[in-house]
Amino acid sequence: MTTPLSIFRFRIIFIIFWLLLEADQTMVLHYFGMRWEHAMIDSGISNAILLLLSLLVMNTLRFYLPRGRQYIHIFSLCLFLTLIWLLITKWLLAVSLGHVPGYRELLQHSLSIRFSIAFLLLGCITMISILWFNQKEQKENELRKVDAEKLTKEAELFKLRQQLQPHFLFNSLNSINALIGSRPEEARKMVQQLSDFLRGTLKKEETQWVEFHEELQYLQLYLDIEKVRFGNRLATTIHIADEASKMKVPALLLQPIVENAIKFGLYDTIGETMIHMEALVDGKDLVISISNPFDPETSSPKQGTGFGLKSIQRRLYLLFARNDLLTTATQNAEFITQVRIPQEQTNK
Amino acid sequence: MKVVIIDDEPLARSIVKEYLQKHPDLELMQECGDGFEGVKAIQQHQPDLIFLDIQMPKITGFEMLELLEQPPAVIFTTAFDEYAIKAFEAHAIDYLLKPFNQERFDKAIQKWREQSAQHKTTSTKELLEAASLSPSQNQRIVVKNGSRIKIIPVQDVFYLEAADDYVKIHTAEGYFLKNKTMNHFEQSLDKDLFVRSHRSFMVNIQEITRIDPYEKDNHVALLRSGAKVPVSRNGYIRLREVLGL
Repeated sequence: MTTPLSIFRFRIIFIIFWLLLEADQTMVLHYFGMRWEHAMIDSGISNAILLLLSLLVMNTLRFYLPRGRQYIHIFSLCLFLTLIWLLITKWLLAVSLGHVPGYRELLQHSLSIRFSIAFLLLGCITMISILWFNQKEQKENELRKVDAEKLTKEAELFKLRQQLQPHFLFNSLNSINALIGSRPEEARKMVQQLSDFLRGTLKKEETQWVEFHEELQYLQLYLDIEKVRFGNRLATTIHIADEASKMKVPALLLQPIVENAIKFGLYDTIGETMIHMEALVDGKDLVISISNPFDPETSSPKQGTGFGLKSIQRRLYLLFARNDLLTTATQNAEFITQVRIPQEQTNK
Repeated sequence: MKVVIIDDEPLARSIVKEYLQKHPDLELMQECGDGFEGVKAIQQHQPDLIFLDIQMPKITGFEMLELLEQPPAVIFTTAFDEYAIKAFEAHAIDYLLKPFNQERFDKAIQKWREQSAQHKTTSTKELLEAASLSPSQNQRIVVKNGSRIKIIPVQDVFYLEAADDYVKIHTAEGYFLKNKTMNHFEQSLDKDLFVRSHRSFMVNIQEITRIDPYEKDNHVALLRSGAKVPVSRNGYIRLREVLGL
């Protein structure tokens, strides 16, 4: 851990303060009738020793920070150090200035005031050091906490991603299995699409940002695979405003929303399911809406959305620390999911 | 022998069809894309064996089976459903995990042939009981109303009433009958929404407007619809607990 004095600015302030202290004491002693040079020697000796003790205190606190009731120890330590200072200073001053007439009396008289000032100073230095080191420690704790949170966040994001895959994967493999016998060319194409899709999932990090049109390509792969699986039942329309395609989105965010819409649409209605996707720019945000049909008589979309949207909500919260980015609405027999993606990447 | 395939994915049906060609004595009567078609086809053709997917539009394969008076032998085909697989294993029912090959398919057929030769009845009923406890299936109740299939979201249910071998499900549209026990519903329905207020009654607590004393030790719950549901002594304790009184 660094001490306050390891910062250059504080070191300068500290030195200036000490010089002022010495000058002040010299002037006071001169005022009481000492000659300039004697006053300077007196002030020099006493303050130099005080300076040494201050540095000692500062360094000790670096390794030993008092907690709770231990403040009484600090108080005793200050008192003790001041007493030592007084004894040493008194002896040194007597040795070096004892020959000056009247000095011994002055020294004897001023002992109490010298003691008080030294005690106050040492006390101040101690308090400042304690505050400094406490704050330092707190900052380090916070940093650790942030690190730990980041780790859990990444783990959580990873887990959220994993949960969406197996059903899709096995059903796709089953479709390929069926195509191999009857339409091997199409089977090959689907193997390619599935591989590209899975590679895309593996390659990207959850916290990575990509351009929207890039993510759309990835989404298209997904939609193509689903269309092979569900045949004529699944149809999609996509409408993207020109300025939207250049905007940025968190990687792999949209696919689970589309997956959810498809699942909800396909399993809640009979007949053709039309998934409609629209992207536009609203102020600084990219707004994407995805709609799917549902049966208002038998589902209450609040519960029907299930796992899919909850995990997306959580992901958006982890990315932006906001809970208002995902909204859902129903219109006639359409369920509309809307995501708003702020373009200022606060939490990259 | 007659066979019906019920799966919402066309390619999933076609692979079963392909594998069936090796078994010329099995005649494919119909392919169905959802459970409604499935019920109709089963009633019409009376198949000896069906291939049934679980996750399908509107109603699951399990819910479809619940609607049948005498379900035929079933080979389940599914891609991934931990809960269903647990239920299958517990009741020794054969299932095919997608994707599966001809060999595995033949094995399942072989097993079915052996069982039907010994007139072994598979324990479909217990299987359905186990499967209906899956969390995805307690959001709605599927019933047959004459020839119509009705899906009732649980929050639309006012209260349940035991009636011999059936349970009467009371809703705004009147009541529907389901061939299940009160104990079944007590286990499968959300315990914070439905409370067994009486040996023969379960009530949706969202519907309760008032609980009045009634005779000695008993109470009666008044519902928004105006219906009165008996509340026994123990039922009253349970209700107070859930309502936080």
